[in-house]
Amino acid sequence: MTNDVQVEAPQAPPDATPTFAMLRTLGGISLISGLLVVLAYQFTLPIIAENQRVRTEQAVFRVVPGAVTKRDFVLTDAGLAPAGEGVQGELIYAAYDAADQLKGVAITGVGNGYAGPVTVLFNYDPGCQCIVGSKILQMTETPGFGDKLETDPAFLENLKALDAKLNADGTALINPIVTVKNGSKTHPWQIDAISGATLSSNAMGKAANTAAQRAAPAIQRDLAKLTAANHTGQD
Amino acid sequence: MAELPKHQEDLSLDTFVRGLWKENPVFVMLLGMCPTLAVSNSAINAISMGLATTFVLAGSGALISWLRNWIPKQVRIASYIVIIATFVTIVDYAIQAISLDLYAALGAFIQLIVVNCIILGRAEAYASQQRLVPTLVNSLGIGAGFTIALFALGSVREILGSGTLFGLHLFGAGFQPWVVMVLPPGGFFVLGAWLLLFNWIKQRGERRADAPTGVPANAR
Repeated sequence: MTNDVQVEAPQAPPDATPTFAMLRTLGGISLISGLLVVLAYQFTLPIIAENQRVRTEQAVFRVVPGAVTKRDFVLTDAGLAPAGEGVQGELIYAAYDAADQLKGVAITGVGNGYAGPVTVLFNYDPGCQCIVGSKILQMTETPGFGDKLETDPAFLENLKALDAKLNADGTALINPIVTVKNGSKTHPWQIDAISGATLSSNAMGKAANTAAQRAAPAIQRDLAKLTAANHTGQD
Repeated sequence: MAELPKHQEDLSLDTFVRGLWKENPVFVMLLGMCPTLAVSNSAINAISMGLATTFVLAGSGALISWLRNWIPKQVRIASYIVIIATFVTIVDYAIQAISLDLYAALGAFIQLIVVNCIILGRAEAYASQQRLVPTLVNSLGIGAGFTIALFALGSVREILGSGTLFGLHLFGAGFQPWVVMVLPPGGFFVLGAWLLLFNWIKQRGERRADAPTGVPANAR
C-alpha cells in the first residue's frame, strides 16, 4: 500500500474549489434543512401536545380509580395555582368522579433506582393523608427484577395505605416515607422492600417521599381550591 | 465493505435486492450494530427502528444524490451530516406524533440514527455518485435489509425473553420467560446465532458454486 502511494507521488495539484462554491453549498443545504425541520415541527406540534395530554389523563384516571375528570394545578411557593395561566412549576392533578367529588390528587415523584430514575405517579388521598395507589410512568429497571415494582402483589400492598400525615405546622411529613429491608416493615409510613430488588424498592420509597413532602403541605393548605375547583364554571 | 460502485449504475432488480441479502447491512457488512443490539428487545421496537432508519436512508440518499454535482468534496461530510440530521429530526417528531410509548421505548436511539454508519456509508459510497432513482431504490433495499435483520433479532428475543410477539402472549401461564434474552447479553447471543446461520448458508452456497460442473454433488 505505502509503495503504491510513493510511486504516484508526483501528481498535478488538485483543482482549487472556489470558496464561494463551498459557502453556497453549505449555506443552501442549511437553508433546506431549516425549512424541513421547521415544517416538521410545526406540523407535528399539535399532535404531540394532544398525545401528551391523553397520556397524562389516562395515567391519572388509572391511578385514581373512579375518576372521570381532572384539573391541573401548579405547586408554587404561594400554594396551589390553576395551571395554564403562565405559572411555572410542578404539576399536580386533582381527579373528580362523575358527581364532581374530589376522588384523589395525582402527584409525581422521582427516585433513583438501579439503572436510572424511576418516575411514579401517586394517588394522594387528602382525607386520610395517605398514598393509596401508584403507577410507574417511566423506568429503566432490569426486566424480571425492577419491574416487580409494578407487578409484585405483596409490594403493591405497601402502597394501598401509605401514611403521609403532616406535622403540626403543616410544612412536612411527621414521618418521612422510607423503604425498609424486606420483612421488617413495622409502621404504616414504611415500604417493605422486594427481596432481590432492593435498589428499585428504595427508588419507590424516595419517589413517594419527595412527592408527598413537596405536594402534601400545599394540598392540605389549599384543599378548598381543589374541592371548589369544579364549581368555578370551567368544564 | 462491499465493492464501491465507480460508474453510473443502471437500475435493475439487483439495485434493490442486494441490500436484502448480498449487502445486508447487519448480517453481511456488520454495520449499525448500536441500534441493532440496543433496540431489538421486542419485535415492534425493531420494526419501528428499521422503518425510521429506512426513511432517513431514503430521504438523505435522495437529497444527496440530487445535489451531488453541487457539493464540493471539501464540504461533503458537513453537507451529508446536516442532511442526515434533518431527516432524523423529522423522523423524531413523526414518532412522537405516532406514539409517545414507542418514542419512550426507542429512547436516544432515534437521535443516534444521525451517526449510524449505514447511512453515512451509503451517502459516501453510493448516493454521492449515482442518479436519483437508483439511489432511492438502493436505499430502500438497504433499509428493508436492515429492518428484516432487526426483526429477525427482535422477534426471537421477544419470544424467548418475554414469551410474546408484538405483545401477544404465545405461551400459557406456565411459561417462564428467558429474561436474559431481552437484556443486552441476549442481543449478542441472538446476533451471534443469526450470523452463524447466515455464514453457514453463504459458505454452503459458495462451495456449491465452486464445484466443477458435471461432477455430482456427492463426489466432493
